[in-house]
Amino acid sequence: MSRPDDRRVVITGIGVTAPGAIGTKNFWQLLTDGRTATRRISFFDPSPFRSQIAAEVDFDAELAGLTPQEIRRTDRAAQFAIVTAREAVEDSGLDLGALDPARTGVTIGSAVGATTGLDQEYRTVSDGGRLDVVDGTYAVPHLYNFLVPSSFATEVAWAVGAEGPSTVVSTGCTSGLDAVGYAAEVIRDGLADVMVAGATDAPISPITVACFDAIKATTARNDDPEHASRPFDASRNGFVLGEGCAVFVLERLDHARARGAHVYAEVAGYATRSNAFHMTGLRPDGREMAEAIRVALDEARLDADRVDYVNAHGSGTKQNDRHETAAFKASLGEHAYRTPVSSIKSMVGHSLGAIGSIEIAASALAMEHHVVPPTANLHTPDPECDLDYVPLTARDQLVDAVLSVGSGFGGFQSAVVLARPERSVR
Amino acid sequence: MSARAVVTGLGVVSPNGLGLEEYWRNTLAGRSAVREVTRFDASSYPSRLAGEIDGFEAGEHLPGRLLPQTDRMTRLALVSADWALADAGVEPDDLPDYAAGVITASHSGGFEFGQHELKALWSKGGQYVSAYQSFAWFYAVNSGQISIRNKLRGPSSVVVSDQAGGLDAVAQARRQVRKGTSLVVSGGVDASLCSWGWVAQQAGGRLTTRHDPERAYVPFDAEASGHVPGEGGALLVVEDAEHARRRGAPRVYGEIAGHAATMDPRPGSDRAPGLRRAVELALADAGAAPGDVDVVFADAAAVPELDRIEAETLAEVFGPRGVPVTAPKTMTGRLYSGAAPLDLAAALLALRDGVIPPTVATRPAPSHALDLVTGAPRPARLRTALVLARGQGGFNSALVVRAAED
Repeated sequence: MSRPDDRRVVITGIGVTAPGAIGTKNFWQLLTDGRTATRRISFFDPSPFRSQIAAEVDFDAELAGLTPQEIRRTDRAAQFAIVTAREAVEDSGLDLGALDPARTGVTIGSAVGATTGLDQEYRTVSDGGRLDVVDGTYAVPHLYNFLVPSSFATEVAWAVGAEGPSTVVSTGCTSGLDAVGYAAEVIRDGLADVMVAGATDAPISPITVACFDAIKATTARNDDPEHASRPFDASRNGFVLGEGCAVFVLERLDHARARGAHVYAEVAGYATRSNAFHMTGLRPDGREMAEAIRVALDEARLDADRVDYVNAHGSGTKQNDRHETAAFKASLGEHAYRTPVSSIKSMVGHSLGAIGSIEIAASALAMEHHVVPPTANLHTPDPECDLDYVPLTARDQLVDAVLSVGSGFGGFQSAVVLARPERSVR
Repeated sequence: MSARAVVTGLGVVSPNGLGLEEYWRNTLAGRSAVREVTRFDASSYPSRLAGEIDGFEAGEHLPGRLLPQTDRMTRLALVSADWALADAGVEPDDLPDYAAGVITASHSGGFEFGQHELKALWSKGGQYVSAYQSFAWFYAVNSGQISIRNKLRGPSSVVVSDQAGGLDAVAQARRQVRKGTSLVVSGGVDASLCSWGWVAQQAGGRLTTRHDPERAYVPFDAEASGHVPGEGGALLVVEDAEHARRRGAPRVYGEIAGHAATMDPRPGSDRAPGLRRAVELALADAGAAPGDVDVVFADAAAVPELDRIEAETLAEVFGPRGVPVTAPKTMTGRLYSGAAPLDLAAALLALRDGVIPPTVATRPAPSHALDLVTGAPRPARLRTALVLARGQGGFNSALVVRAAED
């Protein structure tokens, strides 16, 4: 039995703000060209740090259409969210004036909230770290919006006129998957007709770079920034920090059909599990991610061999890429060897909580265009990573169902399944 | 029909009581913990009062290896989770894999830890930043650490909706129970009582600048001037009622019967605030009429405009002075993401003991038309309680709990 249409949730609008690409169209072009947007950090002098590379967004808040007041009261991550939400709504063709505000909600994922704003403000209020009892005299007046990242949900709700259930989901690097999963559950429970959902992070600041330096999670391939993010390659040695945002318009299938909306994909399945193992370490067997994948496929009523493309977490750390390769084999069986698996982090870096939504965007666009984006910089696969990772070049092929996964600090392992709403279900 | 979600365990870390029964005894006795800040030198700041937790020695409860990698709020959360699971009679090792998860609310993460590392960064250099900064500060830390300590591998999450998030987390826990998870450790514990956190909180414009602890945080009072912040909160074991029955859970405090979350309209709009809608939707979700509600645990912002909205909402839904209302958080200060879970714990204890804890310090303004319980605790036959929480930025959350069937 298929789920009734009022319990099915579909993506009808996409917005993306990514390194090297503002807007969904540019983002997809970057991915299918296999271009990388990683470079030497330009936001501050990175020379004191071990890792000096990031995937930065060339973002001008004013050019992006934000009002002076919006710019003044928000952190960069919130600015991404406002702009990207507007793009998603425009893409969806929704008439905001005709929406019932009470039946429209917002879910925004973010791993580290306004960390860049907090870093800058701390520097000021502590006078460069000199004061133990800090002096707020010269802080921005809206510092509270930086303190609590739920301000991101507020900003998006104001931007789209939502007055329904709204929150921020902050589960580290799976936030972007979990926010979409959360919003889909809100719609399925009948609490909203439309959810504006996605994730944003803008963590490229000294404190973030320093904290990943301290555990050598990021790569120090500083002499070759454009080729520094190397998921599944034998030479990989850490991830490249990124930033960005993706936001979706999610709605009930019957709601989308009634207004004749273009449907990119159904959010057919979602699950999250925890490894209960270590705040940063992963068990090599990937069993909890495999469980999340199984449950998400089950919710989608999709057999493993119907997965046409796996959008990997593929962060490019030694442990991650082996961990998830094991998880794909455990959950998809022999099909893991047949289905293409790729990591767009090779091109746009790892934007912490945002990347899960950016990867859902890539997955939905893969279905839209029947093209699988490649894994850039993959020349010599790690022998322990022995799947088809779509090296270097995008691939034309039928894509009707995608599995997108994420893994994060705190032990969170999440999986989202996108499929065509008109598919046959088992 | 989906599973009923009940609360079978409570763990409380509050400024006016460490542990459930100490908290409840002091709350019924009207003992306030609001006082001058001692954790840092607040004498140069306009706001100087807080609800601080005394006598919490993390090393007495937690292994030493966890101490260097955790902020104070995470230590408090870990202990609160231990107490909640013990109260529920749950041995996490006995649960099947993936049967239990952790869904907490967060507000500002491990902010004191973060201040220390930011100081190291800016005064000494990046190489002095702790290897633990990457996860000790971020918002997901409490769910992650509780999951690891108790080997809970089921669906876990973290929600942030300012001070309303504590109820949203519990609602998300109920959702997972209805989808088949046996139990979820849920709620919130917060602390950001450091000078950096203080400056950021003051910027929100809702802290009182009064310095008399007896008259500082006075919601629904003509002299309401903002709140006093505090630290702590509560974690709850939210469990499938059938699972609790089968395993012979020692007690069921009550059922999570209804919930709703709404947003206020954007500033400058002439549309109505969202609180009333949250109350009505939560009651409808619980299948309860206004007349079924025996007590309301108010958000009690102590900001005149917000007090007015809450009082008017209650008068509109329940009639003028139509339901007893209380705000025991006047004894603890507002605990950010921990405030609403602590109110929820208090509501469940009120149902258990048939007594409404008092609001202290406040002299209710007659204009509010509230039946505010002040002075002595009020004995009452209680079956259903409504807990309200609001967050800066327009978040409204309402949760209905119902006493367990006998």
